[in-house]
Amino acid sequence: MSTHSERGAFAVYGNLRPGRIVAWTILFLGGIVMVTPLLFMFSTSLKSAGHVYDLRLIPEQPTLANYVKVLSDGRFARWFLNSTLIATLVTLSCLFFDSLVAYTLAKFTFPGRRLVFLAILSTLMIPTEMLVIPWYLMASKLGWIDTYWGIMFPGLVTAFGVFLMRQFFETVPNDFLEAARIDGLNEFAIWWKVALPLVTPALSALAIFTFLGNWTAFFWPLIVTTDPFLYTLPVGLSSFAVEQSIQWELIMTGAALATLPTLAIFLFFQRYIVRGVMLAGVKG
Amino acid sequence: MSVTSPRRSPGSGGAWGRLSIAGKQIVWAWAFLALPVAFFAIVRFYPTLEAFYLSLTDWDLLSEPRLVGFDNYRKLFADPVFWQVFRNTFAYLIFGTPIAIVLSFVIAYYLDRVTFLHGTIRALYFLPYLTTAAAMAWVWRWFYQPPPIGVINGLLGAAGISAQPFLRSVDQALPAIMLTAIWAHLGFQIIIFMAGLRAIPASYYEAARIDGLGEGAILARITIPLLKPTTVFLVVFSSIGFLRIFDQVYNMTSNDPGGPLNSTKPLVLMIYQTAFSSYQMGYAAAQTVVLFAILFSISMAQLWILRNR
Repeated sequence: MSTHSERGAFAVYGNLRPGRIVAWTILFLGGIVMVTPLLFMFSTSLKSAGHVYDLRLIPEQPTLANYVKVLSDGRFARWFLNSTLIATLVTLSCLFFDSLVAYTLAKFTFPGRRLVFLAILSTLMIPTEMLVIPWYLMASKLGWIDTYWGIMFPGLVTAFGVFLMRQFFETVPNDFLEAARIDGLNEFAIWWKVALPLVTPALSALAIFTFLGNWTAFFWPLIVTTDPFLYTLPVGLSSFAVEQSIQWELIMTGAALATLPTLAIFLFFQRYIVRGVMLAGVKG
Repeated sequence: MSVTSPRRSPGSGGAWGRLSIAGKQIVWAWAFLALPVAFFAIVRFYPTLEAFYLSLTDWDLLSEPRLVGFDNYRKLFADPVFWQVFRNTFAYLIFGTPIAIVLSFVIAYYLDRVTFLHGTIRALYFLPYLTTAAAMAWVWRWFYQPPPIGVINGLLGAAGISAQPFLRSVDQALPAIMLTAIWAHLGFQIIIFMAGLRAIPASYYEAARIDGLGEGAILARITIPLLKPTTVFLVVFSSIGFLRIFDQVYNMTSNDPGGPLNSTKPLVLMIYQTAFSSYQMGYAAAQTVVLFAILFSISMAQLWILRNR
Protein backbone atom coordinates (compact mmCIF):
# COMPACT_ATOMS: atom_id res chain seq x y z
CA MET A 1 0.00 0.00 0.00
CA SER A 2 1.53 3.29 -0.96
CA THR A 3 0.68 6.50 0.77
CA HIS A 4 0.24 9.60 -1.33
CA SER A 5 2.23 11.77 1.02
CA GLU A 6 5.99 11.69 1.18
CA ARG A 7 6.08 11.50 4.95
CA GLY A 8 5.21 8.15 6.36
CA ALA A 9 6.59 6.34 3.38
CA PHE A 10 9.39 5.10 5.59
CA ALA A 11 7.05 3.84 8.24
CA VAL A 12 8.12 0.48 9.47
CA TYR A 13 4.53 -0.60 9.69
CA GLY A 14 2.72 -0.97 6.39
CA ASN A 15 5.73 -0.53 4.19
CA LEU A 16 8.31 -3.08 5.11
CA ARG A 17 10.92 -3.00 2.43
CA PRO A 18 14.40 -4.29 3.26
CA GLY A 19 16.05 -1.06 2.12
CA ARG A 20 13.96 0.92 4.52
CA ILE A 21 14.72 -1.33 7.45
CA VAL A 22 18.42 -1.01 6.68
CA ALA A 23 18.11 2.80 6.45
CA TRP A 24 16.23 2.91 9.74
CA THR A 25 18.80 0.70 11.45
CA ILE A 26 21.74 2.79 10.21
CA LEU A 27 19.99 5.95 11.33
CA PHE A 28 19.29 4.49 14.75
CA LEU A 29 22.86 3.23 15.20
CA GLY A 30 24.15 6.64 14.11
CA GLY A 31 22.00 8.19 16.82
CA ILE A 32 23.51 5.83 19.39
CA VAL A 33 27.01 6.81 18.22
CA MET A 34 26.04 10.48 18.69
CA VAL A 35 25.20 9.99 22.36
CA THR A 36 28.12 7.62 23.06
CA PRO A 37 30.34 10.39 24.47
CA LEU A 38 27.52 11.35 26.83
CA LEU A 39 26.96 7.74 27.89
CA PHE A 40 30.66 7.19 28.59
CA MET A 41 30.85 10.48 30.46
CA PHE A 42 28.03 9.45 32.82
CA SER A 43 29.29 5.90 33.08
CA THR A 44 32.81 6.95 34.06
CA SER A 45 31.49 9.52 36.51
CA LEU A 46 29.99 6.55 38.38
CA LYS A 47 33.22 4.52 38.41
CA SER A 48 35.84 4.51 41.13
CA ALA A 49 39.39 5.51 40.21
CA GLY A 50 40.45 1.88 40.01
CA HIS A 51 37.81 1.08 37.41
CA VAL A 52 38.43 3.96 35.01
CA TYR A 53 40.49 1.81 32.66
CA ASP A 54 37.68 -0.71 32.48
CA LEU A 55 35.93 0.59 29.37
CA ARG A 56 32.68 -1.29 29.88
CA LEU A 57 29.75 1.08 29.60
CA ILE A 58 27.84 -0.30 32.60
CA PRO A 59 29.96 0.33 35.73
CA GLU A 60 30.66 -2.84 37.66
CA GLN A 61 30.27 -1.18 41.05
CA PRO A 62 28.51 2.13 40.43
CA THR A 63 29.29 4.74 43.05
CA LEU A 64 28.34 8.34 43.66
CA ALA A 65 31.63 8.94 45.46
CA ASN A 66 32.97 11.11 42.61
CA TYR A 67 29.94 13.38 42.83
CA VAL A 68 30.33 13.68 46.58
CA LYS A 69 34.02 14.48 46.14
CA VAL A 70 33.52 17.02 43.34
CA LEU A 71 30.61 18.74 45.07
CA SER A 72 32.14 18.72 48.55
CA ASP A 73 34.27 21.87 48.30
CA GLY A 74 31.30 23.92 47.09
CA ARG A 75 32.99 25.29 43.99
CA PHE A 76 30.67 23.56 41.55
CA ALA A 77 27.63 24.75 43.47
CA ARG A 78 28.96 28.29 43.27
CA TRP A 79 29.71 28.03 39.52
CA PHE A 80 26.30 26.50 38.93
CA LEU A 81 24.72 29.42 40.78
CA ASN A 82 26.80 31.95 38.81
CA SER A 83 25.91 30.39 35.45
CA THR A 84 22.23 30.05 36.29
CA LEU A 85 21.96 33.60 37.53
CA ILE A 86 23.88 35.10 34.63
CA ALA A 87 22.10 33.10 31.92
CA THR A 88 18.70 33.87 33.47
CA LEU A 89 19.28 37.60 33.85
CA VAL A 90 20.74 37.99 30.36
CA THR A 91 17.83 36.01 28.90
CA LEU A 92 15.27 38.20 30.68
CA SER A 93 17.04 41.32 29.49
CA CYS A 94 17.12 40.07 25.90
CA LEU A 95 13.47 39.05 25.97
CA PHE A 96 12.51 42.51 27.20
CA PHE A 97 14.78 44.78 25.18
CA ASP A 98 15.06 42.75 21.97
CA SER A 99 11.31 42.46 21.65
CA LEU A 100 10.73 46.11 22.62
CA VAL A 101 13.17 47.30 19.95
CA ALA A 102 11.77 44.80 17.45
CA TYR A 103 8.20 45.94 18.12
CA THR A 104 9.15 49.60 17.75
CA LEU A 105 10.92 48.93 14.45
CA ALA A 106 8.03 46.84 13.16
CA LYS A 107 5.06 48.94 14.24
CA PHE A 108 6.06 52.61 14.63
CA THR A 109 6.77 55.25 12.03
CA PHE A 110 9.33 57.78 13.16
CA PRO A 111 12.29 59.64 11.74
CA GLY A 112 15.44 57.53 12.01
CA ARG A 113 13.70 54.17 11.86
CA ARG A 114 15.64 52.99 8.82
CA LEU A 115 18.90 54.24 10.25
CA VAL A 116 18.37 52.44 13.57
CA PHE A 117 17.39 49.29 11.70
CA LEU A 118 20.48 49.33 9.48
CA ALA A 119 22.76 50.23 12.39
CA ILE A 120 21.57 47.27 14.44
CA LEU A 121 21.74 45.03 11.36
CA SER A 122 25.33 46.04 10.73
CA THR A 123 26.40 44.94 14.22
CA LEU A 124 25.67 41.35 13.17
CA MET A 125 28.77 41.60 10.99
CA ILE A 126 31.07 42.36 13.91
CA PRO A 127 32.47 39.24 15.59
CA THR A 128 32.62 39.12 19.38
CA GLU A 129 36.35 38.41 19.13
CA MET A 130 36.92 41.88 17.71
CA LEU A 131 35.10 43.48 20.64
CA VAL A 132 36.59 41.55 23.56
CA ILE A 133 39.74 43.68 23.78
CA PRO A 134 37.79 46.98 23.98
CA TRP A 135 35.28 45.33 26.34
CA TYR A 136 38.11 44.14 28.54
CA LEU A 137 39.59 47.65 28.66
CA MET A 138 36.17 49.09 29.44
CA ALA A 139 35.63 46.51 32.17
CA SER A 140 39.04 47.15 33.75
CA LYS A 141 38.56 50.91 33.71
CA LEU A 142 35.12 50.69 35.30
CA GLY A 143 35.96 47.94 37.80
CA TRP A 144 33.78 45.31 36.13
CA ILE A 145 36.43 42.56 36.08
CA ASP A 146 35.28 39.70 38.32
CA THR A 147 31.69 40.92 38.59
CA TYR A 148 28.44 39.45 37.31
CA TRP A 149 27.80 42.68 35.49
CA GLY A 150 31.14 42.38 33.70
CA ILE A 151 30.24 38.91 32.43
CA MET A 152 26.71 39.96 31.45
CA PHE A 153 26.90 43.43 29.93
CA PRO A 154 27.96 42.51 26.37
CA GLY A 155 24.89 40.31 25.89
CA LEU A 156 22.09 42.37 27.39
CA VAL A 157 20.62 43.33 24.00
CA THR A 158 21.25 41.25 20.87
CA ALA A 159 20.82 42.11 17.21
CA PHE A 160 19.88 38.48 16.52
CA GLY A 161 16.96 38.74 18.95
CA VAL A 162 15.82 42.05 17.49
CA PHE A 163 15.66 40.55 14.00
CA LEU A 164 14.01 37.35 15.07
CA MET A 165 11.31 39.20 17.02
CA ARG A 166 10.81 41.86 14.36
CA GLN A 167 9.75 39.24 11.83
CA PHE A 168 7.10 38.00 14.20
CA PHE A 169 5.82 41.43 15.25
CA GLU A 170 5.33 42.24 11.59
CA THR A 171 2.71 39.51 11.41
CA VAL A 172 0.68 41.03 14.28
CA PRO A 173 -2.35 42.77 12.70
CA ASN A 174 -2.40 46.55 13.16
CA ASP A 175 -6.16 46.36 13.87
CA PHE A 176 -5.44 44.68 17.20
CA LEU A 177 -3.14 47.52 18.19
CA GLU A 178 -5.60 50.16 16.98
CA ALA A 179 -8.41 48.57 18.96
CA ALA A 180 -6.26 48.68 22.10
CA ARG A 181 -5.38 52.31 21.37
CA ILE A 182 -9.09 53.18 21.13
CA ASP A 183 -9.61 51.37 24.44
CA GLY A 184 -7.22 53.92 25.93
CA LEU A 185 -4.19 51.72 26.54
CA ASN A 186 -0.88 53.54 26.38
CA GLU A 187 1.75 52.33 23.91
CA PHE A 188 3.76 50.45 26.51
CA ALA A 189 0.65 48.60 27.66
CA ILE A 190 -0.29 47.80 24.05
CA TRP A 191 3.12 46.20 23.52
CA TRP A 192 3.08 44.41 26.86
CA LYS A 193 -0.53 43.25 26.97
CA VAL A 194 -1.56 42.94 23.32
CA ALA A 195 1.45 42.42 21.06
CA LEU A 196 3.75 40.30 23.28
CA PRO A 197 1.20 37.54 24.01
CA LEU A 198 0.76 37.10 20.24
CA VAL A 199 4.42 36.23 19.69
CA THR A 200 5.03 33.80 22.57
CA PRO A 201 6.40 31.03 20.29
CA ALA A 202 9.08 33.45 19.09
CA LEU A 203 9.76 34.56 22.66
CA SER A 204 10.30 31.00 23.79
CA ALA A 205 12.61 30.36 20.82
CA LEU A 206 14.61 33.45 21.73
CA ALA A 207 14.67 32.43 25.38
CA ILE A 208 16.02 28.97 24.52
CA PHE A 209 18.76 30.33 22.27
CA THR A 210 19.81 33.08 24.64
CA PHE A 211 19.84 30.88 27.71
CA LEU A 212 21.75 28.09 25.98
CA GLY A 213 24.21 30.54 24.45
CA ASN A 214 24.97 32.16 27.79
CA TRP A 215 24.96 28.93 29.76
CA THR A 216 27.62 27.42 27.48
CA ALA A 217 29.54 30.68 26.83
CA PHE A 218 33.26 30.28 27.40
CA PHE A 219 35.38 32.89 25.63
CA TRP A 220 34.23 36.14 27.28
CA PRO A 221 33.71 34.72 30.82
CA LEU A 222 37.23 33.25 30.58
CA ILE A 223 38.62 36.70 29.80
CA VAL A 224 36.65 38.78 32.28
CA THR A 225 37.01 36.55 35.35
CA THR A 226 40.14 35.79 37.34
CA ASP A 227 38.50 35.05 40.68
CA PRO A 228 37.45 31.37 40.84
CA PHE A 229 34.35 32.38 42.80
CA LEU A 230 33.09 34.36 39.82
CA TYR A 231 33.74 31.64 37.21
CA THR A 232 30.82 30.39 35.22
CA LEU A 233 30.33 26.64 35.02
CA PRO A 234 32.23 26.12 31.71
CA VAL A 235 35.21 28.24 32.86
CA GLY A 236 35.15 26.64 36.29
CA LEU A 237 35.01 23.16 34.81
CA SER A 238 37.91 23.96 32.50
CA SER A 239 40.10 25.12 35.40
CA PHE A 240 38.96 22.15 37.51
CA ALA A 241 39.86 19.70 34.74
CA VAL A 242 43.33 21.22 34.30
CA GLU A 243 43.84 20.84 38.06
CA GLN A 244 42.79 17.16 38.07
CA SER A 245 45.14 16.42 35.16
CA ILE A 246 44.65 12.66 34.77
CA GLN A 247 41.88 11.85 37.24
CA TRP A 248 39.44 11.23 34.43
CA GLU A 249 36.64 9.97 36.67
CA LEU A 250 36.58 13.35 38.45
CA ILE A 251 36.83 15.30 35.18
CA MET A 252 33.93 13.26 33.76
CA THR A 253 31.92 13.97 36.92
CA GLY A 254 32.53 17.68 36.48
CA ALA A 255 31.60 17.49 32.80
CA ALA A 256 28.45 15.57 33.71
CA LEU A 257 27.50 18.23 36.26
CA ALA A 258 27.97 20.94 33.63
CA THR A 259 25.93 19.02 31.05
CA LEU A 260 23.09 17.62 33.17
CA PRO A 261 21.02 20.80 33.60
CA THR A 262 20.55 21.50 29.88
CA LEU A 263 19.93 17.83 29.11
CA ALA A 264 17.33 17.63 31.88
CA ILE A 265 15.57 20.75 30.61
CA PHE A 266 15.58 19.28 27.11
CA LEU A 267 14.00 16.01 28.20
CA PHE A 268 11.14 18.00 29.73
CA PHE A 269 10.63 20.49 26.91
CA GLN A 270 11.83 18.54 23.88
CA ARG A 271 9.01 19.62 21.59
CA TYR A 272 9.33 23.29 22.49
CA ILE A 273 13.08 23.32 22.10
CA VAL A 274 13.18 21.57 18.73
CA ARG A 275 10.41 23.82 17.44
CA GLY A 276 12.16 26.87 18.87
CA VAL A 277 15.44 25.97 17.18
CA MET A 278 13.62 25.44 13.88
CA LEU A 279 11.81 28.75 14.24
CA ALA A 280 14.90 30.75 15.15
CA GLY A 281 17.15 28.97 12.68
CA VAL A 282 14.82 29.43 9.72
CA LYS A 283 13.66 32.95 10.46
CA GLY A 284 16.75 34.28 12.14
CA MET B 1 3.51 73.14 31.46
CA SER B 2 4.26 69.45 31.77
CA VAL B 3 7.16 67.92 29.91
CA THR B 4 6.51 65.34 27.22
CA SER B 5 6.26 62.40 29.53
CA PRO B 6 5.19 59.40 27.51
CA ARG B 7 3.44 57.97 30.53
CA ARG B 8 0.86 60.78 30.53
CA SER B 9 -2.42 59.58 29.14
CA PRO B 10 -3.59 61.32 25.98
CA GLY B 11 -5.88 64.30 26.33
CA SER B 12 -4.47 65.34 29.67
CA GLY B 13 -3.43 68.73 28.33
CA GLY B 14 -0.01 70.35 28.35
CA ALA B 15 2.64 69.78 25.73
CA TRP B 16 1.89 66.06 25.50
CA GLY B 17 -1.80 66.77 24.90
CA ARG B 18 -1.00 69.19 22.09
CA LEU B 19 1.12 66.62 20.24
CA SER B 20 -0.44 65.07 17.15
CA ILE B 21 -0.91 61.31 17.06
CA ALA B 22 2.12 61.01 14.78
CA GLY B 23 4.11 63.19 17.17
CA LYS B 24 3.20 60.99 20.11
CA GLN B 25 4.26 57.94 18.13
CA ILE B 26 7.68 59.50 17.60
CA VAL B 27 8.07 60.23 21.30
CA TRP B 28 7.01 56.70 22.24
CA ALA B 29 9.29 55.14 19.65
CA TRP B 30 12.35 56.99 20.90
CA ALA B 31 11.42 56.37 24.52
CA PHE B 32 11.43 52.64 23.71
CA LEU B 33 14.64 52.83 21.72
CA ALA B 34 16.72 55.20 23.84
CA LEU B 35 18.30 52.62 26.14
CA PRO B 36 18.93 49.87 23.56
CA VAL B 37 20.29 52.36 21.02
CA ALA B 38 22.66 53.73 23.67
CA PHE B 39 23.66 50.14 24.41
CA PHE B 40 24.47 49.43 20.76
CA ALA B 41 26.46 52.64 20.52
CA ILE B 42 28.51 51.98 23.68
CA VAL B 43 28.90 48.21 23.59
CA ARG B 44 29.06 47.57 19.82
CA PHE B 45 29.93 50.63 17.74
CA TYR B 46 32.43 52.39 19.95
CA PRO B 47 34.37 49.14 20.67
CA THR B 48 34.44 48.36 16.94
CA LEU B 49 36.08 51.70 16.19
CA GLU B 50 38.36 51.26 19.17
CA ALA B 51 39.49 47.85 17.86
CA PHE B 52 40.42 49.41 14.51
CA TYR B 53 42.26 52.20 16.30
CA LEU B 54 44.08 49.84 18.68
CA SER B 55 45.23 47.75 15.72
CA LEU B 56 47.34 50.75 14.70
CA THR B 57 49.01 51.09 18.10
CA ASP B 58 51.65 49.40 20.17
CA TRP B 59 50.28 48.87 23.65
CA ASP B 60 51.19 46.62 26.57
CA LEU B 61 48.49 48.00 28.94
CA LEU B 62 51.17 49.54 31.19
CA SER B 63 52.34 52.55 29.20
CA GLU B 64 50.18 54.73 26.94
CA PRO B 65 49.24 53.30 23.53
CA ARG B 66 51.64 54.50 20.83
CA LEU B 67 50.51 54.92 17.21
CA VAL B 68 52.64 52.78 14.92
CA GLY B 69 50.66 52.86 11.67
CA PHE B 70 50.39 49.49 9.98
CA ASP B 71 53.34 47.95 11.82
CA ASN B 72 51.16 45.35 13.54
CA TYR B 73 49.80 44.14 10.22
CA ARG B 74 53.30 44.05 8.70
CA LYS B 75 54.54 42.08 11.69
CA LEU B 76 51.56 39.72 11.49
CA PHE B 77 51.91 38.97 7.79
CA ALA B 78 55.63 38.35 8.27
CA ASP B 79 55.04 35.96 11.16
CA PRO B 80 55.26 32.29 10.14
CA VAL B 81 53.12 31.35 13.17
CA PHE B 82 50.33 33.52 11.78
CA TRP B 83 50.41 31.68 8.46
CA GLN B 84 50.39 28.36 10.28
CA VAL B 85 47.39 29.59 12.28
CA PHE B 86 45.76 30.87 9.10
CA ARG B 87 46.16 27.46 7.44
CA ASN B 88 44.81 25.71 10.54
CA THR B 89 41.78 27.99 10.72
CA PHE B 90 40.93 27.33 7.09
CA ALA B 91 41.63 23.62 7.51
CA TYR B 92 38.88 23.49 10.15
CA LEU B 93 36.60 25.32 7.73
CA ILE B 94 37.45 23.57 4.47
CA PHE B 95 37.20 20.05 5.84
CA GLY B 96 34.72 20.63 8.63
CA THR B 97 31.99 22.46 6.75
CA PRO B 98 31.49 20.03 3.82
CA ILE B 99 31.58 17.02 6.13
CA ALA B 100 29.09 18.63 8.52
CA ILE B 101 26.75 19.76 5.75
CA VAL B 102 26.70 16.48 3.80
CA LEU B 103 26.34 14.41 6.95
CA SER B 104 23.55 16.53 8.41
CA PHE B 105 21.69 16.64 5.09
CA VAL B 106 21.81 12.86 4.61
CA ILE B 107 20.65 12.29 8.19
CA ALA B 108 17.89 14.90 7.93
CA TYR B 109 16.74 13.51 4.57
CA TYR B 110 16.26 10.02 5.96
CA LEU B 111 15.15 11.08 9.42
CA ASP B 112 12.40 13.17 7.86
CA ARG B 113 10.87 9.99 6.42
CA VAL B 114 11.15 7.89 9.55
CA THR B 115 8.00 7.62 11.58
CA PHE B 116 8.91 4.72 13.84
CA LEU B 117 10.61 6.21 16.93
CA HIS B 118 11.06 9.47 15.03
CA GLY B 119 11.15 11.64 18.16
CA THR B 120 13.62 9.37 19.92
CA ILE B 121 16.07 9.19 17.02
CA ARG B 122 15.83 12.94 16.50
CA ALA B 123 16.57 13.46 20.19
CA LEU B 124 19.66 11.23 19.98
CA TYR B 125 21.10 13.37 17.20
CA PHE B 126 20.06 16.64 18.83
CA LEU B 127 21.29 16.03 22.39
CA PRO B 128 24.98 16.88 21.76
CA TYR B 129 23.93 20.35 20.58
CA LEU B 130 22.69 21.10 24.10
CA THR B 131 25.97 20.26 25.79
CA THR B 132 28.65 22.71 26.86
CA ALA B 133 31.56 22.71 24.40
CA ALA B 134 34.11 23.21 27.18
CA ALA B 135 32.78 20.16 29.06
CA MET B 136 32.49 17.89 26.05
CA ALA B 137 35.97 18.84 24.88
CA TRP B 138 37.27 17.08 27.99
CA VAL B 139 35.17 13.99 27.28
CA TRP B 140 36.58 13.82 23.76
CA ARG B 141 40.05 14.49 25.08
CA TRP B 142 39.65 11.44 27.28
CA PHE B 143 38.33 9.44 24.28
CA TYR B 144 41.49 10.29 22.35
CA GLN B 145 43.94 9.25 25.10
CA PRO B 146 46.48 6.54 24.37
CA PRO B 147 45.73 3.02 25.62
CA PRO B 148 44.74 1.85 28.14
CA ILE B 149 42.87 5.07 29.00
CA GLY B 150 41.27 6.23 25.78
CA VAL B 151 37.98 4.74 24.63
CA ILE B 152 38.72 5.05 20.90
CA ASN B 153 42.09 3.36 21.19
CA GLY B 154 40.38 0.71 23.30
CA LEU B 155 37.95 0.02 20.44
CA LEU B 156 40.76 0.09 17.87
CA GLY B 157 42.71 -2.34 19.97
CA ALA B 158 39.73 -4.69 20.18
CA ALA B 159 39.49 -4.53 16.37
CA GLY B 160 43.17 -5.35 16.06
CA ILE B 161 44.19 -1.89 14.84
CA SER B 162 47.31 -0.33 16.30
CA ALA B 163 46.95 2.56 18.73
CA GLN B 164 46.79 6.06 17.28
CA PRO B 165 48.37 9.14 18.90
CA PHE B 166 45.43 11.49 18.02
CA LEU B 167 45.90 14.68 20.07
CA ARG B 168 49.63 14.03 20.47
CA SER B 169 50.28 13.98 16.74
CA VAL B 170 50.79 17.05 14.56
CA ASP B 171 48.85 15.32 11.77
CA GLN B 172 45.94 13.86 13.70
CA ALA B 173 45.26 16.50 16.34
CA LEU B 174 43.46 18.98 14.11
CA PRO B 175 41.10 16.42 12.52
CA ALA B 176 40.45 14.99 16.00
CA ILE B 177 39.41 18.39 17.33
CA MET B 178 37.44 19.16 14.16
CA LEU B 179 35.44 15.97 14.64
CA THR B 180 34.47 17.14 18.14
CA ALA B 181 33.21 20.42 16.71
CA ILE B 182 31.26 18.67 13.93
CA TRP B 183 29.69 16.37 16.51
CA ALA B 184 28.63 19.29 18.68
CA HIS B 185 26.78 21.13 15.91
CA LEU B 186 25.41 18.28 13.84
CA GLY B 187 22.09 18.18 15.71
CA PHE B 188 21.41 21.85 15.03
CA GLN B 189 22.15 21.44 11.33
CA ILE B 190 19.92 18.37 11.10
CA ILE B 191 17.02 20.23 12.72
CA ILE B 192 17.42 23.18 10.35
CA PHE B 193 17.61 20.90 7.30
CA MET B 194 14.46 19.11 8.48
CA ALA B 195 12.68 22.45 8.83
CA GLY B 196 13.78 23.25 5.28
CA LEU B 197 12.57 19.87 3.98
CA ARG B 198 9.19 20.34 5.59
CA ALA B 199 8.82 23.75 3.97
CA ILE B 200 8.84 22.16 0.50
CA PRO B 201 5.18 21.77 -0.53
CA ALA B 202 4.05 18.14 -0.83
CA SER B 203 2.35 19.02 -4.12
CA TYR B 204 5.77 19.41 -5.77
CA TYR B 205 6.59 15.82 -4.91
CA GLU B 206 3.19 14.59 -6.08
CA ALA B 207 3.56 16.38 -9.40
CA ALA B 208 7.05 14.91 -9.84
CA ARG B 209 5.77 11.43 -9.08
CA ILE B 210 2.92 11.80 -11.56
CA ASP B 211 5.55 12.78 -14.11
CA GLY B 212 7.25 9.50 -13.34
CA LEU B 213 10.39 10.84 -11.66
CA GLY B 214 12.24 8.38 -9.44
CA GLU B 215 13.56 9.07 -5.94
CA GLY B 216 16.99 10.11 -7.20
CA ALA B 217 15.59 12.49 -9.79
CA ILE B 218 13.23 14.06 -7.26
CA LEU B 219 16.16 14.58 -4.89
CA ALA B 220 18.35 16.15 -7.59
CA ARG B 221 15.70 18.27 -9.30
CA ILE B 222 13.35 19.29 -6.51
CA THR B 223 14.68 18.72 -3.00
CA ILE B 224 18.24 19.98 -3.37
CA PRO B 225 17.45 23.07 -5.53
CA LEU B 226 14.56 24.10 -3.26
CA LEU B 227 16.76 23.68 -0.20
CA LYS B 228 19.34 26.14 -1.53
CA PRO B 229 18.53 28.96 0.92
CA THR B 230 18.70 26.55 3.87
CA THR B 231 21.94 25.05 2.61
CA VAL B 232 23.57 28.44 2.03
CA PHE B 233 22.52 29.57 5.51
CA LEU B 234 23.99 26.44 7.09
CA VAL B 235 27.20 26.62 5.04
CA VAL B 236 27.76 30.21 6.13
CA PHE B 237 26.75 29.51 9.72
CA SER B 238 29.01 26.48 9.91
CA SER B 239 31.91 28.29 8.19
CA ILE B 240 31.69 31.16 10.65
CA GLY B 241 31.58 28.64 13.49
CA PHE B 242 34.76 26.91 12.29
CA LEU B 243 36.55 30.22 11.68
CA ARG B 244 35.79 31.17 15.29
CA ILE B 245 36.62 27.78 16.83
CA PHE B 246 38.12 28.20 20.29
CA ASP B 247 36.43 26.31 23.15
CA GLN B 248 37.33 22.84 21.88
CA VAL B 249 40.93 23.70 20.99
CA TYR B 250 41.58 25.56 24.23
CA ASN B 251 40.27 22.69 26.36
CA MET B 252 41.63 19.77 24.34
CA THR B 253 45.18 21.16 24.19
CA SER B 254 45.35 23.04 27.51
CA ASN B 255 48.81 21.71 28.43
CA ASP B 256 50.18 23.34 25.25
CA PRO B 257 47.37 25.55 23.87
CA GLY B 258 47.10 25.12 20.11
CA GLY B 259 49.70 22.38 20.09
CA PRO B 260 51.40 20.12 19.43
CA LEU B 261 53.73 22.60 17.68
CA ASN B 262 50.88 25.01 16.89
CA SER B 263 49.33 22.37 14.64
CA THR B 264 45.81 22.94 15.98
CA LYS B 265 45.97 26.63 16.82
CA PRO B 266 43.14 28.68 15.28
CA LEU B 267 43.10 32.45 14.88
CA VAL B 268 40.90 33.08 17.93
CA LEU B 269 43.31 31.20 20.19
CA MET B 270 46.19 33.24 18.77
CA ILE B 271 44.21 36.41 19.52
CA TYR B 272 43.52 35.21 23.05
CA GLN B 273 47.17 34.45 23.73
CA THR B 274 48.46 37.66 22.17
CA ALA B 275 46.01 39.78 24.16
CA PHE B 276 45.67 37.98 27.46
CA SER B 277 48.92 36.04 27.87
CA SER B 278 51.40 38.43 26.19
CA TYR B 279 49.36 41.62 26.69
CA GLN B 280 50.22 42.89 23.21
CA MET B 281 46.89 44.64 22.84
CA GLY B 282 47.61 46.45 19.57
CA TYR B 283 48.97 43.34 17.89
CA ALA B 284 45.99 41.30 19.09
CA ALA B 285 43.59 43.98 17.82
CA ALA B 286 45.20 43.73 14.37
CA GLN B 287 44.54 39.98 14.46
CA THR B 288 40.89 40.59 15.31
CA VAL B 289 40.62 42.97 12.35
CA VAL B 290 41.95 40.19 10.09
CA LEU B 291 39.35 37.82 11.54
CA PHE B 292 36.68 40.45 10.93
CA ALA B 293 37.82 40.85 7.29
CA ILE B 294 37.56 37.09 6.72
CA LEU B 295 34.11 36.81 8.32
CA PHE B 296 32.92 39.88 6.46
CA SER B 297 33.91 38.43 3.08
CA ILE B 298 32.04 35.24 3.89
CA SER B 299 28.87 37.14 4.79
CA MET B 300 29.17 39.16 1.59
CA ALA B 301 29.58 35.93 -0.39
CA GLN B 302 26.35 34.68 1.16
CA LEU B 303 24.47 37.81 0.11
CA TRP B 304 25.93 37.49 -3.38
CA ILE B 305 24.92 33.83 -3.73
CA LEU B 306 21.39 34.57 -2.56
CA ARG B 307 21.06 37.83 -4.51
CA ASN B 308 18.50 36.58 -7.04
CA ARG B 309 16.41 34.40 -4.84
